[in-house]
Amino acid sequence: AMDTDLSSQDRKDLDKFIKFFALKTVQVIVQARLGEKICTRSSSSPTGSDWFNLAIKDIPEVTHEAKKALAGQLPAVGRSMCVEISLKTSEGDSMELEIWCLEMNEKCDKEIKVSYTVYNRLSLLLKSLLAITRVTPAYRLSRKQGHEYVILYRIYFGEVQLSGLGEGFQTVRVGTVGTPVGTITLSCAYRINLAFMSTRQFERTPPIMGIIIDHFVDRPYPSSSPMHPCNYRAGEDNGAVYPSVEDSQEVCTTSFSTSPPSQCVFTVTKAHFPTPPPVVTDTLKVPVMGLAFSHQLSSSRLSYQPAALGVGSADMGYPVLFAGGLNTAHPHQLIGPGKEGGVPPVPSQPAHGTQADQERMCTPLDGVHYSAATPSSSEDTETVSNSSEGKCGSPHDLLETIFIRKVGAFVNKPINQVTMANLDIPFAMFAPKNVELEDNDPMVNPPASPEAESPLQGSLHSEGSSGSSTGNTHDDFVMIDFKPAFSKDDILPMDLGTFYREFQNPPQLSSLSIDIGAQSMAEDLDSLPEKLAVHEKNVKEFDAFVETLQ
Amino acid sequence: SCPLSSRCCGPSSTSPAMNCRAEVLEVSVEGRQVEEAMLAVLHTVLLHRSTGKFHYKKEGTYSIGTVGTQDVDCDFIDFAYVRVSSEELDRALRKAVGEFKDALRSSGSDGMGQISLEFYQKKKSRWPFSDECIPWELWTIKVNVVNLANEQERQICREKVGEKLCEKIINIVEVMNRHEYLPKMPTQSEVDNVFDTSLKDVQPYLYKISYQITDSLGTSVTTTMRRLIKDTLAL
Repeated sequence: AMDTDLSSQDRKDLDKFIKFFALKTVQVIVQARLGEKICTRSSSSPTGSDWFNLAIKDIPEVTHEAKKALAGQLPAVGRSMCVEISLKTSEGDSMELEIWCLEMNEKCDKEIKVSYTVYNRLSLLLKSLLAITRVTPAYRLSRKQGHEYVILYRIYFGEVQLSGLGEGFQTVRVGTVGTPVGTITLSCAYRINLAFMSTRQFERTPPIMGIIIDHFVDRPYPSSSPMHPCNYRAGEDNGAVYPSVEDSQEVCTTSFSTSPPSQCVFTVTKAHFPTPPPVVTDTLKVPVMGLAFSHQLSSSRLSYQPAALGVGSADMGYPVLFAGGLNTAHPHQLIGPGKEGGVPPVPSQPAHGTQADQERMCTPLDGVHYSAATPSSSEDTETVSNSSEGKCGSPHDLLETIFIRKVGAFVNKPINQVTMANLDIPFAMFAPKNVELEDNDPMVNPPASPEAESPLQGSLHSEGSSGSSTGNTHDDFVMIDFKPAFSKDDILPMDLGTFYREFQNPPQLSSLSIDIGAQSMAEDLDSLPEKLAVHEKNVKEFDAFVETLQ
Repeated sequence: SCPLSSRCCGPSSTSPAMNCRAEVLEVSVEGRQVEEAMLAVLHTVLLHRSTGKFHYKKEGTYSIGTVGTQDVDCDFIDFAYVRVSSEELDRALRKAVGEFKDALRSSGSDGMGQISLEFYQKKKSRWPFSDECIPWELWTIKVNVVNLANEQERQICREKVGEKLCEKIINIVEVMNRHEYLPKMPTQSEVDNVFDTSLKDVQPYLYKISYQITDSLGTSVTTTMRRLIKDTLAL
């Protein structure tokens, strides 16, 4: 019968070509991620071992891994060979960067000559692979590996798994070669977030942790094969401990405790009138429910996530109401994420702190950037000590994070009961004259607060107003000095309260006042014809210019 | 037939079977980036269009030598590429690109030109006719030289041009992957009509490099400004 099928010799050759092509593909990819420049010599005399007429070295370990993954099989329909390239930081976090896929589809080219055309096209495809491996984002990252991160590879065989690449990954096709048994395709799917992350940016490790955390997910599929470092050097201990990242840890530890789970105490002292409350150092203590996080992250310096502050007031009630049950141990100081104070913005919904909420966990990080806390924050008088004091044990693995804050003035008592112990209280000048102060005082009846404001402040306000409306004296309302929340009074001569007061009623803009305004307006109008004339003269030039931009 | 057949060394072929594939790439670069950008593109094309040296044996069979490769890092562009390990080939390309760069520079402030890499086959003609050169693939790189005002812009340009070149490499690989016309593998007597056998370690297809400098439209500030704006918008 007319034999349109492959001759057995051709079939054997084809299988051999595909097998060695797969092995060489892995070598090219892994070698391109070693972090070194590759150089091989051309040789005019053919040597028996240079498959596809290309000088591609064979790293024995890599060949071994590839053979292990293939387990005697060849890429076929539904059975692809994948080389996964990922990045692992010295902290232990890892992130998938690329998946190179060698696949086979069913489209056959029966006419093609195996021993000649297929072979040469496979050679061409390897050259394309050499070129393409240098243009994906991971190449530049891999050239800078060593100190803070390494690049790892993993070979697997079977179904392609792209889920670890994050959203919006891109694909580049290296090429295809038709054969009588199917079409070989070689492509790469790569994470694109790296594209916006130049390697220089990557070297500033504090921001990196944000990025890593963003993509760090539990592997949906357990790795069937272990990761291997691309940076293969014979004799080097692959299990070498990487030098710790000093700088960034320092930056972070100045803000947060490194020992998980850490807390900072945000306490509310109960002040009972008529005794004057202590001045300046009075603090508002409130327990905050933190988010739980997976164990894998707990070792990272970002395990400290004082996230869910001021959870919906319905749940927590007015923070002060907790005062009674609180551990009012001696207060600690808190480093805030910036000069305005230490309370990070909080997700508006209550944090349930389940382990699955890893994404939510990112929110404070994304929103605030305080994880890369600037050294300047250490100048704050509010500092957090690395203490693990405070309550820790709560059910469901929730972390209680408690802040200590200086708080502002929430007057819920008639004005004459306010204690003006501090002479430079900004409100002092208003105190004697206006009985309806507390109604007009925005600190008591605040205008609608903007979204970014801390819910804590919001809840305190709301409770304050409702408190004033009911008019009763609540023992658990705190009387504190007239200082708006989140302001400091000892560094700047003018604090937020003073500023607010002064600029509440700014003078009229001069241009809006009749006499001055009218004058300048008239001048402007007079000069207009002149200006127009000048522009008219040059109109041709402008038009020509615009033309050239078309 | 090839629209640019006038470039050939002889009368153009009118054979309908001959198709000249033409690809055009465009880059905007700073003056000092011209050489590296051109070399990156040309080397990438030649990587795909070079084989090992042929060694003909008896009975019309031949064996092929081995092509080595090496990574090249650019100094003025955030970019790296792979080239064939052949010093002779590298020298030839550098010479051509150097001439192109000098011509660009001396043409005035316009800074526009193009460099072409043409692959051709020789068709021997009988005396008194000279051999025909039949192009089968033509790569044209259009270059636009921009002038940058400060260091910050230069830094951005480094990265941008690097990204652009990555795209160009992907484009080149796409074309190569189409597996379109390639000259038939020649017999020993014909090998010099298809390949450049003059190099000692690799064997590229016969190729020619030529360039053109776009006429300067004058050295007015307007021209430079216009291009700067165009480039900024394009980037």
